[in-house]
Amino acid sequence: MTPELWSLYTLMLKSRLLEEAIAKLWHDGLISGEMHLGTGEEAIIAGVVSQLREGDAMGLDHRGTAALLMRGVDPVLILRELLGYPDGLCGGMGGHMHLFSKEYLAASSGIVGAEGPTAAGFALSAQYSRSSGIAVAFFGEGAMNQGMLMESLNLASAWNLPVLFVCKDDGWAITTQSEKVSGGDLNERARGLGIPAVKVDGCDVSEVWEAAHSAIEHARSGKGPTFLHARCVHFEGHFLGFQLLRLARNPLREMPEIAIPLTYSFLRPGGAALRERVAGLKIVLAAVLSTLRDPRRDSANDPVRRARKPLLSDPVRLQELEDQIEQKMSHVLASALAEEPS
Amino acid sequence: MRTLFFTQAVDDALAQAMVNDPRIILFGEDVSLLRRDLLVRFGPRRVRGTPISESAFLGAGVAAAMAGLRPVVEMYMVDFLGVCMDALLNHAAKVEAFSGGKWTGPVVVRAPCGGGYGDGGQHEQSLWGWLAHIPGLTVLVPSTPADAGGLMLAALQHDGPVIFVEHKLLSETWLEFLGSGGRRTVQYDVPAEGAKGAVPQSWEPIPIGKAVLRRAGDDVTIVSVGVGVHRAVEAAQALETEGISAGVLDLRTVSPLDKAAVREAVAQTGHLLVVDEDYEGFGLSGELSAVVLEAGISCKYARVCTQTTIPYARHLEDQILPNRDRICAGVRQLMQ
Repeated sequence: MTPELWSLYTLMLKSRLLEEAIAKLWHDGLISGEMHLGTGEEAIIAGVVSQLREGDAMGLDHRGTAALLMRGVDPVLILRELLGYPDGLCGGMGGHMHLFSKEYLAASSGIVGAEGPTAAGFALSAQYSRSSGIAVAFFGEGAMNQGMLMESLNLASAWNLPVLFVCKDDGWAITTQSEKVSGGDLNERARGLGIPAVKVDGCDVSEVWEAAHSAIEHARSGKGPTFLHARCVHFEGHFLGFQLLRLARNPLREMPEIAIPLTYSFLRPGGAALRERVAGLKIVLAAVLSTLRDPRRDSANDPVRRARKPLLSDPVRLQELEDQIEQKMSHVLASALAEEPS
Repeated sequence: MRTLFFTQAVDDALAQAMVNDPRIILFGEDVSLLRRDLLVRFGPRRVRGTPISESAFLGAGVAAAMAGLRPVVEMYMVDFLGVCMDALLNHAAKVEAFSGGKWTGPVVVRAPCGGGYGDGGQHEQSLWGWLAHIPGLTVLVPSTPADAGGLMLAALQHDGPVIFVEHKLLSETWLEFLGSGGRRTVQYDVPAEGAKGAVPQSWEPIPIGKAVLRRAGDDVTIVSVGVGVHRAVEAAQALETEGISAGVLDLRTVSPLDKAAVREAVAQTGHLLVVDEDYEGFGLSGELSAVVLEAGISCKYARVCTQTTIPYARHLEDQILPNRDRICAGVRQLMQ
């Protein structure tokens, strides 16, 4: 089987447009608190979720909007949840980090790594009832240092559970570069627990689809879990308003607030030896500089753009499709912003 | 005197202690960025970021404390203690008892808490009652910059595990990091007195377990901690126009509880209203009723607490967290 590029691109573009609308609402102050978007991971989500069927389950992280949309949840309900309306997906109780859909067996969590036990439990239920259903866990590479996720990998291996563990690796655990706080190789960790590990380019939807296809078949046929490691970028960093990105995008506004206290603190008496202080300064500067050189600034890493490329061979169909999707998503936005029900 | 923001005050007191005590080290997720000012002053040996491995780094903090260091371990949020509760419940809290009083683990855990900015029920809990339930843990909940710095210094000198709970609505950095994200399109109901205030030039420890009367009142005593203290003071000001004189007692420490201060205040007014942003059942509010009952004080009692999972939607959240109107209604009901 080969991936159906037109339908994958449709899913990805819908998701991108939905999340761009969410970003706008957040910037306008209509959405409160944090906002973790999945822009940049669309190829991973589409490549996996497009192959799920009834009875399959998902354990989602704090970035689950794209997965729910692609699974079939009404985007109006998602948006109205984010706007805090009582007729939102979760009655305004959950918000974007805690989205639940019983209909699609999808449960989110804002606790890093919690997708592991969730997917293992969904998979256990499927295995026990001999339903051929599988469970997917979506998480970032930062979660790979969380005990409960490591324990879930082992549990899934020991019990031969039908789980697809999907590691969406953008290299950053919030503001910390993951390579600086992680030992060894993530794929080797999974293999060490007896789980086959596959590494793919998470910006290439075909590659993700093919790897996920094998892994899902593997799980459905009772052969147990797979670990799928997909590199990606998060265009908005950990969350909207991400401090490091703000600094990179608007240094004149953001730099003084950081640099002045930093300099004062560096020079204040009573500190460590100069060598230690310089080492501390280097760590702060390295975080800022790596943001400036960040791969997310390179449009070649945009999975939506990459999925679009092969479709350019039929520009008329592409134009029609994009017009259609844009129109649909603007209807979605209009419905979501309609009067709050009394 | 100088004026500092809440988190500035905590970090300033921490820095003062770090100058004097090389045993103090600091670690937690994203600490390299969040405490960058301490990192460039004290260097990466003493200030370090961790992987997202709460069970490991909090547990390690407890044992490092047992071995002689004075670790300050940062949790991103008090809610995330759920991931690594074992380190506190079964280890930090037990070392002194299990060793026959011969050994302790003087770790300080910084745990941002509290709601009011729309982050939902997994990121806005208070949980100080849950923590204070465990014998062996000291739980501090400052409500002003001056108390925050003074109590941080006391925590660092305390010979046992201390959970230092910082309300995010009072913290200029947490609210910016999690609430606004640089936006100017959102506003939160931040108590001005708690977010910024006068602090001493040089920090002195504030004794653990000592409440402070924020406002004198003859008719009713409102007891609270954290942001609740400021909501209570606002309510007391409003009630004054109705001829009700409400006093506000800020516990500052949840465990050990300043029972004497509670007894004294309630004995005078004969009316106790507890304002607790933490959950209502089986927590601080019920504990305070036990304190007055055990002392044989006759009083009328009511409470304004969080009763359910905190909703994400801002308007729902504002209704379920203790607010001025709910406190005023509670007092009026008590005074009937």
